[in-house]
Amino acid sequence: MTENRVSYTLDSTLETVDSAEQTATRIAGQIGFGDDEIMQISMAVREACVNAVLHGNAYDPEKKVKLDFETTSHALVITIRDQGKGLDPARIPDPLAPENLLKTSGRGIFLIRSFMDEVQINPSHTGTEIKLVKHVPGAAGGTKEISQ
Amino acid sequence: MTMKTSTRQVDGIAIVDCSGRITLGEGSVILRDTVRDLLGKGQKKILLNLGDVTYIDSSGIGELVSAFTTVRNQGGELKLLNLTKKVHDLLQITKLYTVFDVKDDEATAVKAFK
Repeated sequence: MTENRVSYTLDSTLETVDSAEQTATRIAGQIGFGDDEIMQISMAVREACVNAVLHGNAYDPEKKVKLDFETTSHALVITIRDQGKGLDPARIPDPLAPENLLKTSGRGIFLIRSFMDEVQINPSHTGTEIKLVKHVPGAAGGTKEISQ
Repeated sequence: MTMKTSTRQVDGIAIVDCSGRITLGEGSVILRDTVRDLLGKGQKKILLNLGDVTYIDSSGIGELVSAFTTVRNQGGELKLLNLTKKVHDLLQITKLYTVFDVKDDEATAVKAFK
């Protein structure tokens, strides 16, 4: 059951990334997550927004990033959508593979998956939607990742 | 809080005291410019003191990796000092903790340079 939902439409700028991170920190704190979980949520949102702004929309001023925060009785659900060409998660190299350890990029999705309870990436030709779920402490848990 | 760096010399080692956030954009650029500047001056033994770094994102991690490989490729050494718990945990889960030479004590770190 949805108890609360807040939506933002943001420009494809670095300021958007900072703003989204700050909003995530504020909302996660209001829900009652602990400091470590707040940091994890805000970093996951930051990384998802970096992907949306940088790789998805490529800083195109005509393209927007949509950010939704949905609070239910058992979870915080965050959805980030861009208007890019669509991210294929199967093509993201494993940043922990020895041959990739010293690469200077490619860790964002890995960190998101590490920090959130559920991660769903839905690419399409009109953009990528990434849904992040963090269970409220004490509420029923779930699987680490619901799909690719 | 934006990223700031301040460099001092101890026994031939350039110690870069970093503070603030190493994130995509200004923070990463400042770190990159600082390391390039030192290398340009022939300073190839660099100790990054991250004790006052409050936040680092994947771009910041990438910048640390870039600094490490750039210095190493020029025959130098780059070590990390005083990781906060957040940075320590991030380097652990990205399996970079064992890639970097990480020290907790400045005097020990300085002596560890060849």
